[in-house]
Amino acid sequence: MVLDLNVSVREKNSVPIIDLEGEIDVYTYPKLSDALKLVFDKYPTVKDLIINLNNVRYIDSTGLGVIANGANQISKISNGYITIINATPQIRKIFDVSGLVSTNFYLFDNEDVALQNLANKSN
Amino acid sequence: MGEPIKIELTIPSLSDYVGVARLSASGIANRMKFTHEDIEDIKIAVSEACTNAVQYAYGDIVGEIKLSFFIHDNYLEIKVKDNGRGFDINNQADTNTNDPEKIGLGLGIVFMRSLMDKVDYSSSVDSGTEVIMIKKLPVQRNDV
Repeated sequence: MVLDLNVSVREKNSVPIIDLEGEIDVYTYPKLSDALKLVFDKYPTVKDLIINLNNVRYIDSTGLGVIANGANQISKISNGYITIINATPQIRKIFDVSGLVSTNFYLFDNEDVALQNLANKSN
Repeated sequence: MGEPIKIELTIPSLSDYVGVARLSASGIANRMKFTHEDIEDIKIAVSEACTNAVQYAYGDIVGEIKLSFFIHDNYLEIKVKDNGRGFDINNQADTNTNDPEKIGLGLGIVFMRSLMDKVDYSSSVDSGTEVIMIKKLPVQRNDV
């Protein structure tokens, strides 16, 4: 069981994607925070940002707090959104309980669906 | 109904060890044959209680967080206690803020209340905080 968090950043169709692997809690959330800062520094006019939770098995309020803060930032930058993909049913439940989804995030099943929806939104 | 089985764990108030508390809770809940979904709920609730203690109980010093698990016939009772500075229950952070730490604190309480069957906490300034949570086994929950 991985009690750490591995973070990497890539780009597809001009959309920055943060890939996460591990658990997001009070110990590991600074790594996600740093990755978001890196993306906002590298893409100062970013409109959309994808966070891939495909290999994340655990997230709690500290992780959601960082993502919510990132969503606030991208909203201020460009009225943009953060898109969450590949969330497990348990993690979707946490997003639902938080009440943040409707105001701050998109949630899509996978990367292809997310990119297609973001492309449609831009057209 | 006999006395509950008691398991205790004390961790330092460092973020590094919240995962250890979470894994312990997971192991105990698994042994009690909670469902996978319930085990995940318990892990988050325990993690949130410990996270609050790590972030707010002791300021810059490292104190102790004591976890007590009571295995009852039909439910798991978990106490998470610190001896830190406590807080005024009537002056909690809310989620209408842009500060990620305050969002976390507000959500932590929301998660505990949403994911467990019962949550009580007591705290007062300079006397520490104790959170008591109960998760019922599914059969018991259906009977209520």
